[in-house]
Amino acid sequence: MNGVHDMGGMHGLGPVTPDSRDEPFHDRWEGRVHALTLASPSRGNIDAGRHQRELIPGTDYLRMTYYEKWFDGLLAMLLKGDFISSAEARSGTADPAAPKATPHLLAAAVPTVQKRPYSYERDVSAVPQFAVGDRVRALNLNPTGHTRLPRYVRGRSGVIERQHGAHVLPDSNAHGLGEAPSFLYSVRFEARELWGSDASAVDSVRLDLWETYLERA
Amino acid sequence: MAHDHHDHDHHHDHEQEPPSDIALRVKALESLLVEKGLVDPAALDAIVDYYEHRVGPRNGARVVARAWTDPAYRQRLLQDATAAIAELDFTGRQGEHMVAVENGPDVHNVVVCTLCSCYPWPVLGLPPVWYKSAPYRSRVVIDPRGVLAEFGTVLPDETEVRVWDSTAEVRYLVIPERPPGTEGMTESELAEQVTRDGMIGTARL
Repeated sequence: MNGVHDMGGMHGLGPVTPDSRDEPFHDRWEGRVHALTLASPSRGNIDAGRHQRELIPGTDYLRMTYYEKWFDGLLAMLLKGDFISSAEARSGTADPAAPKATPHLLAAAVPTVQKRPYSYERDVSAVPQFAVGDRVRALNLNPTGHTRLPRYVRGRSGVIERQHGAHVLPDSNAHGLGEAPSFLYSVRFEARELWGSDASAVDSVRLDLWETYLERA
Repeated sequence: MAHDHHDHDHHHDHEQEPPSDIALRVKALESLLVEKGLVDPAALDAIVDYYEHRVGPRNGARVVARAWTDPAYRQRLLQDATAAIAELDFTGRQGEHMVAVENGPDVHNVVVCTLCSCYPWPVLGLPPVWYKSAPYRSRVVIDPRGVLAEFGTVLPDETEVRVWDSTAEVRYLVIPERPPGTEGMTESELAEQVTRDGMIGTARL
């Protein structure tokens, strides 16, 4: 979807404020939101979670802090998945008639789960359509659902730099439509192709793009 | 609105106004999920502990220091970063598919996620606020040199700047150039030289 989250190349969003501090959470509630998001059964898949946060209305998205957005997304996913009711969300108290669940993630399992090597790569019978060095163009796609094809490369040409294997396709997975694995490539776009002749002649931006986003140029 | 103070002979908790302050709202949701048996509060503590104490830029610094001192390791890191980083036992969420990119005199790499906040958690921990914020996400792809200058990193025009936008589940770790004057240092001393921003690519060492 063409939301404000897709902000690469925008101007006017303020100065960058470097900060060398490393604390992951600046308030206790931020850590709780992070942990709740990872521990809740609502998590579904990573793409659905990202899409949920993209659905935050643009004016709110730009105003909210990072973990406010996570909290909003978590609450929406819990409601959407019927893990909690809106009455429970309002009251903060469980419906006495609702059955008590068993947590799917127990404390003892956390260290293992956090470190478990997982892969988004899938075995497919298809063969990759592009090879390293091929010139490709990002398609001018404007889906209303989730996508990881930023607006700033749509219609632009680049070169395949690396092939990562077939990876789960967020455009499908975010909507519960299956993993639909597709070959993923690192594509190099020259800065001038993206931003015009005022850009540096030597700089580039590299994105990981699925085969379904690309055509031969 | 004034409180309705009629006699309570049963609970009216479900009629309470939702807490407006974010900390209270989070606390209320946590209590609800615990009450419903959906989350184990000790698991939440363990997750917070993991991000506060087990992952962070010190992990990535060890990878970089190893690459600086062990040419065979550096080679493995550049060829298959996921496996090379796993040799140091840094694995898991948001580090599933790692790629290491090396800075040199002619090339400078810098990493962003324009669409959200993707970041290599096992080696760098959770990202700083500026990395997740609109100004960095919007500008570093169109004006990388301007953004780097705001970090105090001014690059010659002829240095090639490569911006990596983490649009998929591949996560990037920048291997900074080893600073001059570190020739006699041990691997652990070298790791002390490596900063988080050096491994994002907004700083040089």
